[in-house]
Amino acid sequence: MAESIIMSEQDMRRVILRIAHEIVENNRGCQDLVFVGMRTRGVPLAERLAAAIRDFEGEEVSVGALDIGLYRDDLPARGVEVRIKPSELPTDIADKRVVLVDDVLYTGRSIRAALDALIDYGRPQRIQLAVLVDRGHRELPIRADFVGKNIPTSHRDDVQVMLREIDGDDRVVITPVEGE
Amino acid sequence: MMTTDQPPILIRGGRVLDPGRGIDFLGDVLIEGGRIAAIDERVESPEAEVFDASGLLVCPGLVDIHCHLREPGFEYKETIETGTRAAARGGFATVCCMPNTDPPADSRATVEYVQRTAAAMGAVRVLPIGCVSRGRQGHELAEMGELAEAGVIGFSDDGSPVADAALMRRALEYVSAFGLPIINHCEETSLSTEGVMHEGWVAVRLGLHGQPPAAEEAMVARDISLAELTRSHVHIAHVSTRGSVELIRHAKERGAPVTAEVTPHHLTLTHEAVAFTAEGANTLAYDTNAKVNPPLRARDDLDACLEGLRDGTIDAIATDHAPHEAVSKMCEFDQAAFGISGFETALAACLSLVHEGKLDLPTLIYRMTAAPVAALGLERFVPGLGSLAVGAPGDVTVIDQEALWVVEPEAFASKGKNTPLAGRTLRGRAVVTMVEGRVSFCAEAAIAS
Amino acid sequence: MSSNAVERRGKSSAAAVREPPGEPLPSAVGAWQRRHVLDLDDFSSEEISLVLETADAMKEVLAREVPRVPTLRGTTIITLFYESSTRTRSSFELAGKVLGADVINVSAAASSVQKGESIIDTTRTLQSVGADILVMRHKASGAPYLAARHADISVINAGDGWHAHPTQALLDLYTMRSRLGDVRGRKVVIVGDITHSRVARSNLWGLTAMGAQVVLCAPPTLFPVGLDPADRDGCDELALPPVRFDTNLDRAIEGADVVMALRMQLERQQSGLVPSLREYSRLYQVNSQRMARAAPGVFVMHPGPMNEGIEISMEVAHGARSLVEEQVANGVAVRMALLYLLARRR
Repeated sequence: MAESIIMSEQDMRRVILRIAHEIVENNRGCQDLVFVGMRTRGVPLAERLAAAIRDFEGEEVSVGALDIGLYRDDLPARGVEVRIKPSELPTDIADKRVVLVDDVLYTGRSIRAALDALIDYGRPQRIQLAVLVDRGHRELPIRADFVGKNIPTSHRDDVQVMLREIDGDDRVVITPVEGE
Repeated sequence: MMTTDQPPILIRGGRVLDPGRGIDFLGDVLIEGGRIAAIDERVESPEAEVFDASGLLVCPGLVDIHCHLREPGFEYKETIETGTRAAARGGFATVCCMPNTDPPADSRATVEYVQRTAAAMGAVRVLPIGCVSRGRQGHELAEMGELAEAGVIGFSDDGSPVADAALMRRALEYVSAFGLPIINHCEETSLSTEGVMHEGWVAVRLGLHGQPPAAEEAMVARDISLAELTRSHVHIAHVSTRGSVELIRHAKERGAPVTAEVTPHHLTLTHEAVAFTAEGANTLAYDTNAKVNPPLRARDDLDACLEGLRDGTIDAIATDHAPHEAVSKMCEFDQAAFGISGFETALAACLSLVHEGKLDLPTLIYRMTAAPVAALGLERFVPGLGSLAVGAPGDVTVIDQEALWVVEPEAFASKGKNTPLAGRTLRGRAVVTMVEGRVSFCAEAAIAS
Repeated sequence: MSSNAVERRGKSSAAAVREPPGEPLPSAVGAWQRRHVLDLDDFSSEEISLVLETADAMKEVLAREVPRVPTLRGTTIITLFYESSTRTRSSFELAGKVLGADVINVSAAASSVQKGESIIDTTRTLQSVGADILVMRHKASGAPYLAARHADISVINAGDGWHAHPTQALLDLYTMRSRLGDVRGRKVVIVGDITHSRVARSNLWGLTAMGAQVVLCAPPTLFPVGLDPADRDGCDELALPPVRFDTNLDRAIEGADVVMALRMQLERQQSGLVPSLREYSRLYQVNSQRMARAAPGVFVMHPGPMNEGIEISMEVAHGARSLVEEQVANGVAVRMALLYLLARRR
């Protein structure tokens, strides 16, 4: 399978830094800011964004983890492995400015589920979306506020974000899947 | 049942096996006028219909001394007609039916009803058993003298034990005047109460109440004592435990007037059949078709019964055919009726013991022909019963030991489809059953010769 | 709370979580295949772990101010209880409602239990009415197996006769694990009327699968015949796990990490199985003196409802080592996990 690297470790580092700056600029500071990473890979990304902000602003942004397994718009088929984990929001999100963080934005359905989940926790002041990669093909009217890189793909492609916290190193690869 | 105007039938070239009379050779049997007319290595009879029995066994018509025909009163479970047709398909030419009907056979009228119905509609010979106690209630003796005159071949309160020891003693004393046996279903109900299967690890696994072997053995011991005390004949029905076999063995060594029988299911199935079936290996079956009284026991008990059959401690194999309507088995295990519909699988189940080398064929056939007759003294009711002696009734069972067939309860002649062997492939079956010279059952394939 | 849950990664799948969320992950060991939960006897330790991990997520939902998720919206759950029960039934009802399912309670009055036509017919009727999951409690062992065999819906056994109570055993395991960590190698003593206890049986299966050491303790008349190694009649370990048992609680309780007391039915004295409740409690009550012989960090559990003063002393029942209330709370989370795992697209 011919996989190609579309973002290297260095690309990712720069992009995360840029997004962190955009978030702070767009929100005019870190007041009431909360990052909520979507399991699984959105969580380390959210932590890296918070770490970057800590570095250049000296401000602490809380980071939480959101599992959307209970908010899917369908139930998994019998025999399909599912593992849901508890969500962890370290703070009450009422009136906060929440930034949802995910690795890849595709159809938008995960984000819709995440919005439902977040609202069950409380009523934030606003919710924004930051993604590392936007691969297009939205099926719902959802858009990201902060995007690392736009990558045009076809449905048959497989886009994977690898993170050193989970996969051992940092890169984004695209693998064209041969159609049957 | 009669008819001397049947054409003679010549069964030719089979292995003629009548172990009761030491007969085992390749040869012919001629049935004429409702009786065995000739039996030899070669018999000629120009007018006879010839049946080619090469490769098959030719035995005396099998005799089942314990079954339930359910009529009168429970015709939705079985009738004398359907039950005897099932018996014929199973190779049985004579059956002895238990009196737990409604009304129970504690009066001449009921006994004669059974005899008349059997004569008119029965496919095989039916010999009735009368009640020990009035109404089978276990309190007072039934009018056993009248029942004896009516022609019962013995007395029993089966499905229930004769619980009261004093009553059992009086019954044994009383029947000695007629020389008839009391057949007892040995179950000390205070020990077995609520038990729905054998008390053992399978019952633990299934969370079901069990019946301990002691429930049977306590009463076997009691009945042996009473038989010796009264010098009157007790026949122990459906023996199932090692302890019972050992008690009977010692009693016989002492010369006590005790005989015994065992069912095919107690020789081939253990309590595991309740929990585990071949398919659905992962889930507990709670198979109500394996719910029977006495219950299927542990492997050791099964082995003891086989041993008892081999050494003669147990005289006879008897099916205890107990048909039930479907709804009484399609429910939670605790509520299901007890009983296995056994006529049509009994022979094959027993032949499996021969195929596995656990029992030799002549012993098996003996225990299904001459031995049950001797155990209950049926000779004096039907001279020559259970044998191929010249002049004996023309009861013959022809058996194909190798025929493979699948047990399909829906195809049973019996109304009772309750068998734990549903779907199994068995090896061996009766292909012809003749009663008094008349063909009562003939498997289609058998005619192709 | 479940900060441990976040840390428990490591085995997370190497495949990226792709969108859309319905996209099947490569089917792996531990994928849930069951249609029914009838007993723990054929659960692997991986399956049990999956249930317990899923229950962690459910516990978090229960801790919210508004404990509700839309996961089982459109799923119909029917509880069919032939035996009355407050805690188990309401636990299932709450579990279903928190998950957004429609929950209907059907009470089959004891007098209307006719010969099982009613179990099979009732199950089929409920299926036609639209039930997706049937939660059944019945006094006859094997009843839920009958229902599962004759209908097309999922069946959860909420207790059948003396045979099984898998959801109780799972919540017991969950509770033990949350306090002890791994139960592997831990000594768990179950004391009480073992013969008539479905809780004891299911716990025996569950604890054995997870590697715990189980000791059953009861007066000889309350031990089922057939557990004794001598009675095993060639039965292999898959058919019934080897079990240690003791009729002496003072001896059995030594070094125990968990003591589980079973409810002593008051009828057992009437049927002569124990001479008196007084004698039973003298010899088998879980009280502070006996607890002193157990391991230092020992916990006490009870499936409830408790006969305080009989099988368990009041002070132990409400003492610091008692996990009884946690068991009840965990029951909802564990049942939510099972409902979630069973409610699948076909």
